Amino acid sequence: MADEVIVLDHEYSPPANRVIIALKEKGVAFVSKQEDLPNKKSSLLLEMNPVHKQIPVLIHNGKPVCESLIIVEYIDEVWNDKSPLLPTDPHDRAHSKFWADYVDKKIYTLGRAVLTTKGETQAAAMKELISSLKILDAELGDKPYFGGKTFGITDIAFIPFYSRFYTLEKFGNLSMNEECPKLVAWGERCLQRESVSTTMRNQYETYDFMLELRKKLGVE
Amino acid sequence: MEENQGVKLLGFWVSPYVLRVKWALKLKGIEYEYIEEDVFNKSPLLLKLNPVKGQVPVLVHDGKPIPESIVILEYIDEVWKHSPLLPQDPYERANSRFWAKFAAEKLQAYAWEALCSRGEDHERAIKASMEALEKMEKELNGKKFFGGDKIGFVDLVAGFISYQLPVYEEIVSMKILDSSKFPAITNWINNFLNHPLIKEELPPKHKMLAYFSNRRNVILVQNSSNK
Repeated sequence: MADEVIVLDHEYSPPANRVIIALKEKGVAFVSKQEDLPNKKSSLLLEMNPVHKQIPVLIHNGKPVCESLIIVEYIDEVWNDKSPLLPTDPHDRAHSKFWADYVDKKIYTLGRAVLTTKGETQAAAMKELISSLKILDAELGDKPYFGGKTFGITDIAFIPFYSRFYTLEKFGNLSMNEECPKLVAWGERCLQRESVSTTMRNQYETYDFMLELRKKLGVE
Repeated sequence: MEENQGVKLLGFWVSPYVLRVKWALKLKGIEYEYIEEDVFNKSPLLLKLNPVKGQVPVLVHDGKPIPESIVILEYIDEVWKHSPLLPQDPYERANSRFWAKFAAEKLQAYAWEALCSRGEDHERAIKASMEALEKMEKELNGKKFFGGDKIGFVDLVAGFISYQLPVYEEIVSMKILDSSKFPAITNWINNFLNHPLIKEELPPKHKMLAYFSNRRNVILVQNSSNK
């Protein structure tokens, strides 16, 4: 029996990007349904994620799974025949989950603050964001990926944010290559992977999208 | 047993994050050395073992530190496979992780906000707490525990509802755990608190009342001077 896999998706949503990248890494066939956000939510979305009413949602043979990193772990457990997204050793797994959670809570929260505010609030958020990115830069060190030799859950958690680096440079008047050189090199390395390059919009398109979003939200 | 070599837990007596780990270790019958930390005056050991966040709990196993309570619970479940906390089926596991995250990130935050605010913010936080509880009530759906017949992952993470939320309610004279609105949760609280391993491992109520009253006052002063 063939699996039916649907993703309630949006091309500029980093959490949604994570799910798509994970499915592509595993070679799983799926259908992406783009939600018309921030304008309105489809009835399918409201039905499949009644608690949060947010994307992404993975619908596997009619059953919904919500929250991007929980979805990535689910994908890893169900399609466990190839391309493991988590290490096998429990301590290494804990390490990967810790950093994926750090990215999710720290980087994306601060990123959202930078992208949706202006003036002093934005400057303060930017300062904290750059500090946090430097911590990640140090954590990556000389490894090719956060998990070591293999592209895994922490890389998947963070890579969608890489498309926003140009936007940060414009908003903060800084150079990401100067602030976090290892992260820039890692971002370019990840973009060599088909799963990533075919999923993420490029940095300039993302910048345009952010400017439009700021107008829609009434920030500018 | 090789697995039990050197299990240490750095904690703080009143932290619900630490308590969920203690409960997990107890449910699995794992012996460990407990090290009490003063989170307001962090030791060099804590800062060395959790350099990124400097927070408790930190589990140390075979000399290697693991921070973040939910990450620790999953680690414990993977290393000590008896008495599993998470279900085996991937879909059920995802569901457990979802509700644990919901309890830890939404309900816990709203309840804390309800404790440490006044006026409109306080009313809003009470409302949000009750809406979150409503969702958990539906998920519980008459089961004895979130884990079914036995205590599981979600019960451990959501456990703060049973003993900490009533303390908050008493301090600010508010009602969130309405038994007429949340009969399943009320029943669950009873089952949870009466579980032989859980009831031995709870912070003393009078100490919690004093601690959280103090924290509330400090935060209220901080917030008013920040405005």
